[in-house]
Amino acid sequence: MILRLEKLVLQFGEFRLELSTTLHGRTTGIFGASGSGKTSLLETIAGLRRPRAGLVDLDGIVLLNTEGKFSLPPERRSIAFVPQDGAIFPHLSVARNLRFGFRPRAEHPPVITFEHVTEVLELTPLLDRAPRTLSGGERQRVALGRALLANPKLLLLDEPLVGLDAPLKSRVLPYLIRVRDEFNVPMIYVTHSPEEVMALCDDVLCLEEGKLARQASPAQLFEPSIEPKYQLKR
Amino acid sequence: MAPDIWQITRFTIAMAAVSTLLILPAGLLVAWALARGTWLGKSLVETLVALPLVMPPVATGLILLKLFGRFGVLGNFLQETFGIEVVFTWRAVVVASAVMAFPLLVRTARVAFEDVDPRLEQVARTLGAGRWRTFFTITLPLARNGAIAGVLLSFARALGEFGATIMIAGYIPGATATLSLSIYQLVQLGHDDKALRLLIVSVAISFVAVLLSEFFIRRTRR
Repeated sequence: MILRLEKLVLQFGEFRLELSTTLHGRTTGIFGASGSGKTSLLETIAGLRRPRAGLVDLDGIVLLNTEGKFSLPPERRSIAFVPQDGAIFPHLSVARNLRFGFRPRAEHPPVITFEHVTEVLELTPLLDRAPRTLSGGERQRVALGRALLANPKLLLLDEPLVGLDAPLKSRVLPYLIRVRDEFNVPMIYVTHSPEEVMALCDDVLCLEEGKLARQASPAQLFEPSIEPKYQLKR
Repeated sequence: MAPDIWQITRFTIAMAAVSTLLILPAGLLVAWALARGTWLGKSLVETLVALPLVMPPVATGLILLKLFGRFGVLGNFLQETFGIEVVFTWRAVVVASAVMAFPLLVRTARVAFEDVDPRLEQVARTLGAGRWRTFFTITLPLARNGAIAGVLLSFARALGEFGATIMIAGYIPGATATLSLSIYQLVQLGHDDKALRLLIVSVAISFVAVLLSEFFIRRTRR
């Protein structure tokens, strides 16, 4: 996966984010303080927010080009988005949530099947449940499974563990690692937790004061002994 | 003249039902459009939609009469193209009821659509659902109680419509005589006892419709 963000300008009121970069990691972390534009950036990539200017290109396909006044609608981008709370459709059962965007891939044998996803994320016992009966961790697993089953070219995760307490986080994080390792879907993972970045990501963008402050591997950013110039406060 | 109470009741309910069904698709779409985002002309549409609520009903009726009369833009078009006469027929009752009930449907449904978390619609779009699929599978089912309440309220409004209807449809027994028009006519003629019977039917139907709409509004808030 190669995601090119060129001269991207996001502006909402006083806030302004300017960004030019290329992402090609298997799992890219977007790291930054609250209000640094992480979620807005994800929404722009997903097509849910229109930037003031810029170009977004995924694997050679232009998704957005403000100069050409072109923006591919979200449903045609093949980019699945998992927001903080999971946004589980409350009127549909877990099974119907999972099947909402289900698009079996043409490849043989298919990597992403309903059975495989429900097995990896341990969703089978939850299939008949109503969303209101799910715990926070279960909701995130359902949201993750639903996004995977849409067979996206890119999966965007917006702080999926932020609302969970520490024990629950440690139970859900391994599922994210399993998703990364089993399904080979490139991910962009927004977080402000260095631990999550270290566990999941192979490339990290650090946003600070409306700019891309650093782009490096998690080790370069968080291991003090390696490259002091990249170090971040933990 | 002894008005057939059941004929008038059936006719009134049928007219209210037809006018409500007529405005339902447009009412839901306008409510949805007003509930989501900003677009050019939104304020103008909001104002136009609310206008029949605050304008004197007879004034609305006069506008409709000018539009749907034989020399009106719409009346002339319908007559020339389809051979349809509107003014002083049952169609005029439907048009008047529809126009007067439209704002209630839009306002109630709009609140229901605004209560749907936009995040759910956004996620549906990223899962491959287009605008229409998102509307029919996510937005509308989640706003259904408010939409039903809006339908019932607009039905109740249509049932009781008088001012616009008398202007465009007149009182023609067996052709345009609704409960409200008949009550007025009977009182004018001094048949208060007969008017009272129609009044009781009118109150009973409206009571049930409003009660049901309140039930659905409460379910929306839960």
